Parts: sequence; C-alpha cells; structure tokens
Amino acid sequence: MSDITTSQVPVKQDGTLAHIGYVLRSNPVTLLAFTMFAILLLAAVLGPVIVPYDPMESNAAIALQPPSMAHWFGTDNLGRDVFSRVILATRLDLAISVAAVALSFLIGSVLGSVAGYWGGWLDTVLNRLFDTIMAFPLFVLAMGIVAALGNTVENIVYATAVINIPFYARLVRAEVNIRRDAGFAQAAKLAGNSDIRVLALHIFPNALPPMMVQVSLNLGWAILNAAGLSFIGLGVRPPTAEWGIMVAEGANFIVSGEWWLAFFPGFALMFAVFTFNLLGDGLRDMVDPRQRS
Amino acid sequence: MSSMGRAFSPFPFKKGTDMTNETSRRGFLKGAGATVLGAAALPFLKVLPASAAGKDVIVTVIGQTINSLDLHRTGTNRPSYQVAVNAYDRLVSFGTKTMPDGSLSYDYSVIEPEVAESWEFTDNDMAIVFKLRPEGKFQDGSPITAQDVKWSFDRAVSVGGFPTVQMKAGSLENPEQFEVVDDLTFKINLLRKSKLTLPDLAVPVPMIINSKVALEHATEADPWAMEYLHKTPAGSGAFKVAAWKPGEQLVYERNDNWTSGPVPAVKRVVIREVPSPATRRALLERGDIDMSFDMPNKDAKELSGAEDMTIVTTPVENAIYCLCPNLAFEPFKDKRVRQAIAFAVPYEEVFQTAAYGRGSPMWGGTSATPEDIAWPQKFPYSTDLDKAKALLVEAGYGDGFEVPLSIDLSQSDWMEPAALLIQENLAKIGITATIEKIPGANWRTASLVEKRLPLALETFGGWLNYPCYYFFWAYQEGHLFNSSNYRNEEIETLTPEALHMSVEDPDYAPKIKRMIEIAWDEVPRIALWQPALNVGTRDLSGYEYWFHRQPDVRSLSKA
Amino acid sequence: MAGRLRTIGLRITHAIPVILGVVVVSFLLTRALPGDPAVYFAGHAADEASIEEVRTALGLDKPLPEQFLVYAGNVLTGDLGQSLSTGQPVIEDLAHRLPASLELTLTALLLSCTIAIPLGVLAATRPGSAVDHLCRVLVTAGVSLPTFFTGVLLIYIFYYLLGIAPSPLGRLDFIYIEPDRITGFYLIDAAIAGDWETWTGALKQLVLPAITLTLFTLAPLARMTRAAMLSALSSDYIRTARAAGLTEDKVLFTYAFRNALLPVVTTLGMVFSFTLGANVLVEKVFAWPGIGSYAVEALVVSDYAAVQGFVLAMALLFVVLNLVIDLSYTLIDPRIGFETR
Repeated sequence: MSDITTSQVPVKQDGTLAHIGYVLRSNPVTLLAFTMFAILLLAAVLGPVIVPYDPMESNAAIALQPPSMAHWFGTDNLGRDVFSRVILATRLDLAISVAAVALSFLIGSVLGSVAGYWGGWLDTVLNRLFDTIMAFPLFVLAMGIVAALGNTVENIVYATAVINIPFYARLVRAEVNIRRDAGFAQAAKLAGNSDIRVLALHIFPNALPPMMVQVSLNLGWAILNAAGLSFIGLGVRPPTAEWGIMVAEGANFIVSGEWWLAFFPGFALMFAVFTFNLLGDGLRDMVDPRQRS
Repeated sequence: MSSMGRAFSPFPFKKGTDMTNETSRRGFLKGAGATVLGAAALPFLKVLPASAAGKDVIVTVIGQTINSLDLHRTGTNRPSYQVAVNAYDRLVSFGTKTMPDGSLSYDYSVIEPEVAESWEFTDNDMAIVFKLRPEGKFQDGSPITAQDVKWSFDRAVSVGGFPTVQMKAGSLENPEQFEVVDDLTFKINLLRKSKLTLPDLAVPVPMIINSKVALEHATEADPWAMEYLHKTPAGSGAFKVAAWKPGEQLVYERNDNWTSGPVPAVKRVVIREVPSPATRRALLERGDIDMSFDMPNKDAKELSGAEDMTIVTTPVENAIYCLCPNLAFEPFKDKRVRQAIAFAVPYEEVFQTAAYGRGSPMWGGTSATPEDIAWPQKFPYSTDLDKAKALLVEAGYGDGFEVPLSIDLSQSDWMEPAALLIQENLAKIGITATIEKIPGANWRTASLVEKRLPLALETFGGWLNYPCYYFFWAYQEGHLFNSSNYRNEEIETLTPEALHMSVEDPDYAPKIKRMIEIAWDEVPRIALWQPALNVGTRDLSGYEYWFHRQPDVRSLSKA
Repeated sequence: MAGRLRTIGLRITHAIPVILGVVVVSFLLTRALPGDPAVYFAGHAADEASIEEVRTALGLDKPLPEQFLVYAGNVLTGDLGQSLSTGQPVIEDLAHRLPASLELTLTALLLSCTIAIPLGVLAATRPGSAVDHLCRVLVTAGVSLPTFFTGVLLIYIFYYLLGIAPSPLGRLDFIYIEPDRITGFYLIDAAIAGDWETWTGALKQLVLPAITLTLFTLAPLARMTRAAMLSALSSDYIRTARAAGLTEDKVLFTYAFRNALLPVVTTLGMVFSFTLGANVLVEKVFAWPGIGSYAVEALVVSDYAAVQGFVLAMALLFVVLNLVIDLSYTLIDPRIGFETR
C-alpha cells in the first residue's frame, strides 16, 4: 500500500523541495544534467586557475601536435595548448549565452506584459513587430546584425538577444492575457494596487515557470548561434578562445588529419548545449507536473 | 511544398537541343559519342568526372565564384578574368619560360604574337602599327578585323572602373588613340613613350571582342552590349564557354578552329567552384579532380611530397605581403617607430606559421643599399627586439602605446596567424595591439580607399613586372595601394620619371636603387614575405604560371 | 463556406503588414552593413573616379529615402535587382537555388519524421522507462551538435576515410547531367524523365547533408510527438476505447495517434522554417548551391540586392507556410477559428 502512495501521490502536496528531489530521483537523466551543469560552472569559475598553459601564448616550434601527456588535447596551428583554450573558453561562451538570454528575457517580459495587459493598438503594433522579426530566418537576421554592427562580443550578445525576444514576449503576453481579468487580479486591483503593481507582482510571476524552461533551452541555442556566427567569420576577435571559432578554424584541419583542433572544442560545445537542453527538459518536469503522466 | 519550386520555375538558362537520342546519357557521355558532338549540340550541363572522362576532359576546382563572362563589366570579380584569358585573345601575349624548379611560367620579357602577327613602332616611336593575322577567325567563323580591335579597345577605355584604370597604366586612355588603317592593320597613337604600353596589351583587359555580334545586341541604353557579353562571350579564344552556372561551375569546350595559336590538347575543361578548402584538398587527394587551383599553403606543403600529385608553387611576381603602419597616425609619423616595428616582427615564425614556408623570405637583407634593381628583394630588417626597444625609447615611446591591428576577414587564413604572432612580439616591446577583423566588403574601403587603418596587413602585387610600377601604386601619395598615407618628395619625383622609362636607359637603375633605398629606410611598408601561388595537379602537364593568377587552361594536357 | 473564405481573406490581410515590415527592415539592414559596395565592385585597381562611376551606376549616390522608394517600386513589379556577386538577376538566382534548398530541407524533414515520430510514440508508450530516457538523450545530443561540425565530421568519415559517400560537391557529381528542369527538384525531375541513374546520383549527394540536418531536427519532433501522445493517451476517449476492449494497436494508432497529429504538424511547420535558416551553414559545408550559401556570400560582400531578395523570399515563404498551417487546422478541426488565436 505504502509503495503505491509514494509513486502515485500528487506531487504538489510534498512541497517544492521534495518535488525537485522526486523529479531528480525518478529521472536519472535530469540528475545527469544537473551534474553536467555543475561541471560547466566549475570550469567557468576556476578555468584560469586550473589550465596548465597560457592559452594565448604561441610557440611555433610545437604547432599542430597531436594529443599527448603534455598537451591533452594537442596544440593548434600556432602551437597553443588546445586543452587550456577549451577550458578557458567556457567562461566566455557561458557569458555570451547568459547575457543574451537575460537581455531577451528582460525586454521580452516587459514588452509581452505591456502587450498582454493593456492590449489595444499597442498589442497590435508589438505583435506585428514580433511577426516581422520571426518572419526573418533568425540565423540570417543575427548574421545581418553582427555584420552591420561589427563583430564584437557585445554585438553577438545583442544579435542573439534580438532574435529571441519574440519568443519570450509571446509567452508572457499569452500568460498575462489569460490572467488579467482573473479573480485574483481583480481583487488586487480593488484593494487599491496600481496597474503596474498588479502586473508586476501578481500576474507576471505566473509566467515565470514556463519562461524558465524557455531560458534553459535558449541558453543552448545561444551558444550554437554564437558558434554558427563564428563559423562564417562573424564571431569574437582573435586571439580570444571561443568554442565556435575554434571548431570553425579546426574544421579546415580535419581533412589534413589534425582532427583534435575541431573535435575537442566541438565536444565542449556539444556538452554545454546538451546540458542546457537536458536541463530545460528537467525544469519542465519540475515546473509543470501536468506534462508528466 | 513542392509547389513552391514550380511557382519559381521559369528556367533562366538556355537549354541545349540534343535530348533526343539518349539511351543512357551517362554511357553516351563516356563513349565516343561525346567526341563527335559539336558545342552547339551540348545540353546545358554536360560534365564528366576526371576518372570517367579519359584524356579529353580536365576537371579543376577553384574556391571562388565566376560572376561574369565579361571582364569589362562593373562588378566582375577576379576569378572571372580567366574567361577573358581562355575564351578571348589579345593582340599580343607573353612568352613562356622554364623556372629553376622545372615548372613553367609566363615570361614578361618576351612579347609574342596572338591576334596580331607582327607589329612595329612608327612615327618616331610615337605609334605602334599592328598587322593582324589574315586567317584570324572569331568563334562564330567571322574574320577578326581592325574594326573589332578598335571597338574592343574603345570599350575598355570608356566603360570606367577597373578596365579603364588598367588601360591607363599602359598610357591607353582615349578612343582617339586607336586607329583603323585597313581591315588587317590597326594603329595605336601613343600619348607618351612608355615601356608599359606593349606589356599592357598582353594583360587580360584588352581582349578582342567580336564587334559585329556585340553591336547586334547593343542598345541605346547599353551601347557596349554589357548585358549580352556578360552572359555570352563573343571572342576568338581557344575555348568556348559551353555552360556557366555562377556558384557551381563553368565548362569550357575547345574551339577546334582556333587561329591564334596551336589548338589545345583537351576537348573540355570543367571549372568547379568549391568554397571549402578542406573539400578541395580531399578531392585532389582522392583523385576525383585533375587540378586544384590556388591551394592553401598548408595543403601545398603537406601534399608536395605525395607520389601521385604534383604541387607547383610559384612566387608571385612583384607582390609582397606587408605590414603597413599608417603615417596619418601619430606614433607612426616617426620613422624610428616604424623601424622599431620592422625589427619586432617575428619573421621566421610568421613565414612558417602563416605561409607554411611557401613563398620567399623578404627579411634579413644585409645591406641598407640595394645592389641591383630586383624587386621584391629582402628588406634589411630581421627580428631584433633589443634594437626595436631602443628605437622606441629614442622616439620617445619607451612606454609603448596602443594600436588596433586590422586584418581582412576573407583572408584570415594567413592574416590571422600572422597578426597573432606580430601582436605577441609587439607586446614584448610595449606596444599593445588589438586585432580587428574587418569583413571583406569593408576591407577595401577602410584600408585602401579611406586609408584609415592605423596598422594593417596588405597584399598588393603588380601585374606589370617592374619595380617602378609597384612604387607607382604602393608608395606614391594618394595612390590606391599606398594604404600607409606615405609621402616622400624624392619618391614623388623619381617614380613618375622611372615609370615610362626603358629598363635599358642608363638612368633607370640608379633611380630604382634610390627608390628602394628610401623604401627600406623609411619602411612605410614592412615586407613580411613574397607570397606564392600553389597549384596541385594529377597526371597533368603544361600548367603555366601567369601574373594574373588565374588558370590558363589552353596549355594543359593529360598524361 | 463564405465564412471560411472570409477568414482566409482576413488571415491574408494579417500577413501584409509583416511583409511590409520585412521589406523595410531588410532594406535598412543592408544599408547598415559596413563597407561600400561601390568600392568592392569597382575592382582591384579602381581609382576614385571609377568608384564614383560605379556608385552612380548602382544608384547608391541617391539619398536613402529615394533609394528605398526605387527599391520598393521595383519589388512591386517583381524586380529584385541584380546580384553583384553572381552577376545574375536576383529573381533568377533565387528561382534556381530555392529548389536546391527546399529539396535538401524536405528530404531531411522526411527522414526526420520517419525516425522521430516512431521514437516519440515508443517513448510515450513507455514513459519513464530506459527506452524513454535513451530516446531523450539521443535526440538531445543530435540537436546539441553544431550543424557545420556534424557536416565536416560526416564528410571526413564517409567520404575521406571510408570513401563510401560521393564527393561533397553540391547536387550532382560530375558524371551526371542535370535532369530536364521541370520542378527544379532533381529527384522529381529525374524520376519524371525516367532517368534512374541520375536519380540515384542526386540521392547519393543528398544523403550526407540530409543526415546532418536530420540529426538537428529530430529533437523537437520526437519530443512533441511524445508529449502529444502522452496527453492523448491519458484522455477520456482512450480510456473509453480501451474499456470497450479495442486492441492496443488500434487504440494507439487509430485513436491516440490521429489526435496527437495536430501539435506535431504545428511543430513540423516551425521546424521547417527553422531548418531553412539553419541550411545556411550546412550548404556552406557541402558546397550546396542553395539560397543559404547564396545569402552568406552576399552578406559578406554587402551585395544589397541579393541579401534583400533572399530575406524577402524567406519571409514570404514563412508567411505562406504559416498560412497553410493555419488553414489546414480549420480543415482538420473546424472548431478552430482564427479569432481564438
């Protein structure tokens, strides 16, 4: 009898922490995702301390050496240590994606709330604007923005943010729209709260759970997006270490046998995106128990 | 969604006519059937693999797109110049010489007949009279006349843009200079005596167009038939263009009745565009193609030992890859700062890492004055950080300064490693350089037209192989490739004097030596190395290097 | 029926401001691109006078609003201008390259569906099992790989090392002749012509780039199928069907799957437009002569007309696609009206 209750009891009653624990226990993949995320964070925070070599220092004498005990991931065409560069790039890549996603989260939330709460012509105009952005092939729009503004880290962040804004704004708009006339919102308004206060403190928080899922998935997209930009030459400036640019440059060396140049940063890239994607799935399970059967 | 494809389907290209007698088109192509087919009967895209084609077809890969079949058109890019070479003729051409390594190269010291069978200087050397070959025929069978030559030259000097500039380099500036004496006699009246005029007639620009065909398609708005010739060559060259799909390929079909030289050995040459250098390398290594044109240095270095491949590396004449400090910016106004940078560059590492040792070193010269007028030759600088540091201190920049080091995104294959190594050494003498990648579209504007990059890499090479020609473009103030904003009074007077002067003139060598000496001392351009053109071939003979650095397929044959 | 026609008309009018917006934004974006096309296209030894000539010839010496009016007027008449980098009218370039991109994208999506939908159904029937987790990890791994990296890796393994894939040289190897153009899709055209050799040749070229894109598109389709199947399986009518003693196969495929199809179709539409964008990188790797690689080249050299034409074509495609999806909803399920969306 007790066996049945532990697995069948509606999760909400157990409290949030217990629910998280439940999800992690019942879903080994999500547990794995959290572990991987911890590794990423560790590499990002401790990166500069733990790398064995100066990732910027070239040494033409040892250029293009295959992986060895001295250089775990080999060396690149300038004799730089690939392992050090891969580890050090973690911080930059995470920073780019977090900054881009935070920016689109903020702007998207504000625009979406405004559109959803007040509606009317503002809603129409904003909706058309989002439609227009989404009608572009998003990667090409990002390319255009970076090409127009110049290829710096900030501009990559802006471009990635711009193409993601509509997703957040749409989500928030829908959630706000449903709830603006809900009983609790009316009650809060009758209690003398201003529109903005009601919107910010009572209605908007309801949109947070689905948005967190979107955030996590988007972090992965943002990394891929930055890597794609690097591949066509619109990435960060050399000699900065960044996964995308390392894969893009390394790709030219694969046919001549120097596979390690592209493989290891490519693997790191995949590891990070994989982590965020799994994390997004896991988060969805946590915030939206209805999705589970 | 397939309806989308149909909605857009008006087929823009002419399609051939021989789709009737095909049992198996593949087998039909392989067999003897292909050899008896005229070009007119070719279907749009008839191509063959290197392996299946036998000796008649050569498959070549290039990295860029051919965007026009007419060199004179605005916007025609460099890879398209090869059409002017292979599908058109000029009055004259250059000779051929054998290089020390046994490879072939054009010979700029020998001018040979092409459409013209002979020429002589008249009117006290102020005119050249050309006698055209009486048997000369265009690809459509009509005779080549002096009227065609005049129309073509008039076009080149009138349309503006690159062709007009290049004609001007040979003192060919306005249509009044070109005179039709009779059908087979053409006269050029010279504005000045210049050693550059005759060689300039052998560059791809003054190609001879079938004016009868062109005029049929000319309109009032388009008197030079730009639209027609853009897609349809009308020349007398050794090859006809059988198919052209920008972004994919161009197919040459032999002109069996070529009158300006020996008919080529191969019937068909396929120029396939493959943007990825890694793919081009794989294709060559696996034997799927006969020739890879303009290979990256790294591939050339690694494949040059291979048994079944031949890699020909030819130093590009009259070209230097340079680091250019811009004199419009404060620290670089001081000669000592420029010299300090010239002593700071890690030349050997740059040469090995960025060029993989392909090309010729341009550093480590021993004397501050040149012994001969060879150009380019080794600059008297080599890596010496102490000297560099001392020069900086002397100039009052002992604490260093900050400067952006700009590179071209589309050339980042060599510019990026070179810039990184230079950046590292500059840091050692206190100069903080940040690397800026500039997209291809912006590069020319920023570096050459506006000349606003404080420190940048530069690649100028002159088509006409004379030192004075290089100085004219790269060291005279205001000229396009002088991206350093350099001005020196002596250079300003010496260069125009030497430019048109005969090389045999006793005054020539002293002038050039003085110019080189100044260029070395003042270093507005810090020479890194002389670049090389790498071409990989399999079982192919007759490849010849040309100054225009495009494949001249006329001489090729299969072993 | 009249009501439906009216809603369709309404839906189309909704698309008009979007298209206008795209025209304006693409114009502004190209003008914001760095570099001066006049300089770039005047050639490698052009002086200032000839650059000015080119600028005038391109109409770039006029003020921006005037340039925009000229551009908008031309677009209305179907004239997208001339691409400077290929030297062809943009409309011809697009007409030629769009089928290449579509053929690749559709093949990839077809492949993706045949793998992802059964995977999703399988995962949904055994939620929480090892199969479910494995499916999730696999498809997520696929979507986590940058497409250009997958592409290069596949070329290296299957062409360079193993030699079983044909050379990555676009849509057809040297051996074959392009089939007579009817649809622009080589597979279809070759089939119509009955030329099975060329058909096989075209298919061979398609395999690697299609797999690259497929790996990238598995995840959204598989995940959506799983979710839709789960919610369908937990619904009342399935319980009723099971209670009525119908076989599990019948319940699964006739009732649950059919009802799960709608969200999957929606996702498919999104994935399709997304994949067309992602093509940019794959086409570059495989020398695929599609519109993606065209756009990249054009963007790098500030080829205004080509970039604008590409963006416009993609936007139109997107708008049409959404329209088709919306309309197909009403056909599948008449309860859905546009007002609720």
